[in-house]
Amino acid sequence: MTGRIVIRGLVKAFGSRHVLEGVDLRVAKGESLVIIGGSGSGKSVMLKIILGLIRPDAGSILLDGQELVGLKGRAQETARAHFGMLFQGGALFDSLPVWRNVTFALTHGKPGGGKVMHALAVRVLAQVGLEARVADLKPAELSGGMQKRVALARAIAANPEILFFDEPTAGLDPIRAGTINALIRERVAALGATAITITHDMASARRIADRVAMLHDGRIIWEGPVSAMDSSGNPFVDQFVHGRAEGPVGTAVTG
Amino acid sequence: MHVPDRSTALGAAADTLLKPLIALGAFALGVLAVVGRLAIFAAQAVARAFTPPWYPARLLEQMVLIGWFSLPVVGLTALFTGAALAQQIYVGGQRFSAEATVPAVTVIAIVRELGPVLAGLMVAGRVSSAMAAELATMRVTEQLDAMVTLRTDPWRYLIVPRIIASTIMLPFLVLVANIIGVLGGYALATGRLGFNAAAYLATTRRYLETEDIVSSLVKAAVFGFLLALAGCYHGFRSSGGAAGVGRATTNAVVAAFVLILLFNLIITILAFNS
Repeated sequence: MTGRIVIRGLVKAFGSRHVLEGVDLRVAKGESLVIIGGSGSGKSVMLKIILGLIRPDAGSILLDGQELVGLKGRAQETARAHFGMLFQGGALFDSLPVWRNVTFALTHGKPGGGKVMHALAVRVLAQVGLEARVADLKPAELSGGMQKRVALARAIAANPEILFFDEPTAGLDPIRAGTINALIRERVAALGATAITITHDMASARRIADRVAMLHDGRIIWEGPVSAMDSSGNPFVDQFVHGRAEGPVGTAVTG
Repeated sequence: MHVPDRSTALGAAADTLLKPLIALGAFALGVLAVVGRLAIFAAQAVARAFTPPWYPARLLEQMVLIGWFSLPVVGLTALFTGAALAQQIYVGGQRFSAEATVPAVTVIAIVRELGPVLAGLMVAGRVSSAMAAELATMRVTEQLDAMVTLRTDPWRYLIVPRIIASTIMLPFLVLVANIIGVLGGYALATGRLGFNAAAYLATTRRYLETEDIVSSLVKAAVFGFLLALAGCYHGFRSSGGAAGVGRATTNAVVAAFVLILLFNLIITILAFNS
C-alpha cells in the first residue's frame, strides 16, 4: 500500500525520555487522519518531526516517495511548501496585524503587496467565517476562538496540500469547538487536502476523522476507520475513547 | 561511638577536599560551554547576515527602537555622570593642586571609557532584555516554529536585523553620550567650580585625540553587537514557559553586562597599549 505520507520506524528521545519508539503510519491522499493519545504521548513531536522542526533519532518519512528526514536548505524549504500547520495556541505573530499574519506564507514577512495581500487576507478570513474588519486588528485584540480561526486562515492561505492541526479545539467551549471542527472538515474538503489532526477531544475526533490512530508509549497501538473506534477491541483505545480512569493506560505519574 | 575505619575516613577527607575543586571544575566547564555556544550562535548569525533574503524594513524598525528610543536614557546617564566626574576630579585634584586638569581628564575619561561603557550598559538594560523577552515569548508560544513552517527563517527575519541595527546604532548613541557627558562636566565646572567657559572648551579640544574618538566608536560598535547577541541568544534558546521567559531576560542582561565589561577591558588594553 502506498500513501501520501509514509512514516517508518520513527524514533525520538529527549535525553533519557523516550518519546517515540518506532512509529509506523501511512496517510493516504485526501484522507483525514486523527491521532489520539494522552497528553505528552509525543503527538506534537511527531508532527514537528514531519515538518522538519525537530530531527528524529532514527526512521524515515516519505512524502510521495521522497525522503524528508535529513533534508536541508532549499530542498527542505521546497518540501515545507506542501504543508500548512495550525498550532495549538494559534502562534500568531503578535507584532503584525491579522492580515499580515494570514498572508505570511505568501509574503514571507516582506512588506510589499499591501493592497493585493490585504484583499486576499479578507477573502481567506471570510472562508473561516470572520468579517473583513478583523483583518486590521492585532492578534491580541481577538478572543481565543477568533485567534484559532485566524491561525486556521493563515495555515490555509497558501493552499497547502497537507494540513496539520495540533489540538484545534483545545481551550474552546463546545460550541466554538464545533464550529472549528466544521471549518476544518469543510476547508480540508474544499482544498482536497490531506489532513493529520492530533487531539484528545473525542468529539472533535469523531467530527474530523476518516481514520483514527492511537499513539501510546511511543508507538501506534491501533488504527482504523472512525466507525470502528468504539468497537476496536483494544483496551487502550477503549479506555481513552470512553475517558475511563481505570484501565491499561496508567494515570499514575511514572516518569 | 562508632569509629570510622581508616579508608573511609581518608575517603571522606578526600571528598571534602575535592568538593570545591569538583565544583570549580564544573563551573569552568560550564563557562566554556556557554562561551562556545555563544560563539557558534554569533557565527551562525553573521553568516546569515551576508546571505539573502534581507529584511530592510525590519532593520529600520529595530534601528528606530534601539537608537531613537534609547536617546533619553543614554543622554541623562551621560549628563549626570559627566557632571559628577568633573566634581570628583576637581576635589581629587585639589589634593595636589591639579584642579586645572578637570577639562582634560573629564574629556579623556568620558570619551575613552565612560561614554561607551555607560551607554552600552544602559542600552543593554533596555534592549537586551526586551529582545530576550520578545524572542523567548515567541519560542514559548510556538511563533518561531510557526515562522519556520511558513518558510521564513527566524534567524534572518528576527535575529540578523536586531544585531545589525544594534551594531550600527550604538556608535551614534555613544557619540551623543560623549558630547552630552563632556557638556555635563562643562556645565558643572563653569557653573559651580568657577572655570572660564572659553578656556574649558579650548582645553577640552586640545586634549581630545582622534584615536580617542575612534576607539570610543569601535568600542560602541562591539558593545552593540554583543548586547544584541546576548539578548537574541538567550531569547532564542529559551525553554520552559513563563519562568523560561523570565530566566532568558535576566540571563541576557547579565551576559550583556559581562561581555561589555570584558570586551571593554580587552579593547582598552589593545588600543592603549604602553
